[in-house]
Amino acid sequence: MNKTIRHYLADFKQLQNIKKDDWFSKQRQSAFNIFQESGFPSTRKENWKYTDVKPITKKLFSNITNSNVVISDNEIDAILFKELECIELVFVNGAYSEKYSNIKNLPNKLTIRNMANAFVNDEDFLKKHLSQYVNDDSSSFVTLNTAFIQDGVYINVPSDLTLERPISITYISKDNSNIFATHPRNLIFMGENSKATIIENYIGIDDANYFTNAVTETSLSQGASLKHYKIQQESSNAFHIGSLNTSQNKDSRFESHSISIGGALVRNDINARLNKEGAEIMMNGLYMTDNAQHIDNHTRVDHFKPYTQSNQNYRGVLNGKSRGVFNGKVVVHPQAQKIEAYQNNANLLLSDDAEIDTKPELEIYADDVKCNHGATIGQLDNDMLFYLRSRAIDEQTARSLLTYAFADEIINNISFQSIKNKLEHLIIGRLPDSSLIREYV
Amino acid sequence: MLHIKDLYTAVDNKKILEGLNLSVNVGEVHAIMGPNGSGKSTLANILAGKEGYNITQGSVSYENENLLELSPEERARKGVFLAFQYPVEIPGVNNIYLLKAALNAIRKHQGKPELDAMEFMNLVKGKMKLVQMNKDLLSRSVNEGFSGGEKKRNEIFQMAILEPKLAILDETDSGLDIDALKIVAEGVNSLRNKNRAFILVTHYQRLLNYIKPDHVHVLSKGKIVRSGGPELALELEEKGYDWIN
Ligand SMILES: Nc1ncnc2c1ncn2[C@@H]1O[C@H](COP(=O)(O)OP(=O)(O)O)[C@@H](O)[C@H]1O
Ligand SMILES: [Mg+2]
Repeated sequence: MNKTIRHYLADFKQLQNIKKDDWFSKQRQSAFNIFQESGFPSTRKENWKYTDVKPITKKLFSNITNSNVVISDNEIDAILFKELECIELVFVNGAYSEKYSNIKNLPNKLTIRNMANAFVNDEDFLKKHLSQYVNDDSSSFVTLNTAFIQDGVYINVPSDLTLERPISITYISKDNSNIFATHPRNLIFMGENSKATIIENYIGIDDANYFTNAVTETSLSQGASLKHYKIQQESSNAFHIGSLNTSQNKDSRFESHSISIGGALVRNDINARLNKEGAEIMMNGLYMTDNAQHIDNHTRVDHFKPYTQSNQNYRGVLNGKSRGVFNGKVVVHPQAQKIEAYQNNANLLLSDDAEIDTKPELEIYADDVKCNHGATIGQLDNDMLFYLRSRAIDEQTARSLLTYAFADEIINNISFQSIKNKLEHLIIGRLPDSSLIREYV
Repeated sequence: MLHIKDLYTAVDNKKILEGLNLSVNVGEVHAIMGPNGSGKSTLANILAGKEGYNITQGSVSYENENLLELSPEERARKGVFLAFQYPVEIPGVNNIYLLKAALNAIRKHQGKPELDAMEFMNLVKGKMKLVQMNKDLLSRSVNEGFSGGEKKRNEIFQMAILEPKLAILDETDSGLDIDALKIVAEGVNSLRNKNRAFILVTHYQRLLNYIKPDHVHVLSKGKIVRSGGPELALELEEKGYDWIN
């Protein structure tokens, strides 16, 4: 057994000792057993070919986190989407913070609780549903998460409820005295014909050194509709491995927007299961990397039934010596006739040292389907640059404007205006020479 | 104002301009005519500062400065304007924001105060009438989804707002129906004054029915092979480009 696994084992034993009588301990144990057996994935595994997780597995993260760090009001104001008047759940270094959260005055029958609390209050539901919608339950990181679940969010939206206020889930990491790991776990259950908007926001403060290993499971009943935003802005030293899993019933609609700009080494997985006729998923994604960042986006869609649809559109902007990966796999199962599956990945390389590996994959076992996929890698267009410069715009500004325009195509797919505005500000802040273009956009 | 002397250029070892000479004085309108492939757009692009051309010999001075040493944006700020033959579509960059940024960059260079949003919109309204620009086009991305004619009109609209000292129009007339052609011509004529010069690059004589040039030059195989007054354009129209060879 290697040193890291031994380290996790020691932590795990301690955890099992504390939570001996927990109904969940059996599940933890079997998850940990799988993890211990398989260890961390190497780049020999097809799914991890372009992402070497050694930087994560070399480090011994503490499982004990400091939930008492002070987050200043200024920091909180900059982080939270205050103007959206969200139902707010805030976690500090993995633990639920009542102080910054606001889950009062919820509509009837809507359940929103932090996971630690749900383990006590919603035992029956969790027993039945937790880990049921994880599509790749042999993944090392998912099993590690299951073994170490400390907190997270449980949401149960009752049938026919249209929730107007977005639910915002924010994981803040801030602690410079500790190298630590958190394993946030979210379970979102959408009743028949219910509608909701959920924002998952991962953010680091002060270049903290930590590892976020997050898992979100969602289940959409017939006719349900979920708009999901993931905003990944971890600290520049942080590692982030996160998976979003969907399990979709008849005529349900999932809209995923993934904006990934932070972190040193990042992997975002989306596993979508279109289980019944008429289920539909849209995946919209933007990754922006600089310096030595590495961001890997993996999507997998399973079309199990006829008349299901998936539509993916991902864009990457890569600068410095950074590296991006896009690997999108669509599997059309034998009975799944009349499905539509589209996938597009466009990348803009801003420096000679930046690198992108893009690999769209289609596996089709049905014959009456509409599928297409495409990937492009390019630099800023010289004719566009010249046009702008011939209109008196200096070169740096022109470059910055065109880069912004490229990224904004993804943000423009967001229909929620105030989220869109907020994200536009966020990505402008990440552009080279962003100050030059603020007034134009 | 502009003096091009013995200019030779090549792209990837292919010679395009081969000893071109041209002088344009302030207040003048010059028409440059020539068959396809004779180097008209190359000349226009070089004047505006497009990269990728290898200038092997010759010089270009503009208001007593070495034009070739200036970046495209410096040239634009000093009053050079190119109306493109094929204006590029720029998704995501707003037409009107670009124009405001362009105008303010030029004004800043001239030491004038920047226009605020109100002043700018008033200016825009006036100039839009001049070229009968559809208002919807203003708020769209630069040239995105514009028809061929709308793109050309947008170029003239930009020119009208930016008020350049030297305007180079590269086949702005091509592909326009007669009504659009008249609008473009009126736009040019209304801007014509003693402080401004025009170079009208055109393939057909048609445009010159509406804009009367002071000088007409025929470009062939990379150099000016004949110069004259407006009557040269008519002669060319009658006899065709074969006549000059
Ligand atoms: N970027 C380029 N690379 C290679 N050849 C070019 C390039 N630009 C122009 N040319 C060639 O130079 C010649 C002149 O082109 P151009 O200036 O566009 O002519 P015109 O505008 O008079 O039709 C043509 O033969 C054209 O193919
Ligand atoms: Mg041409």
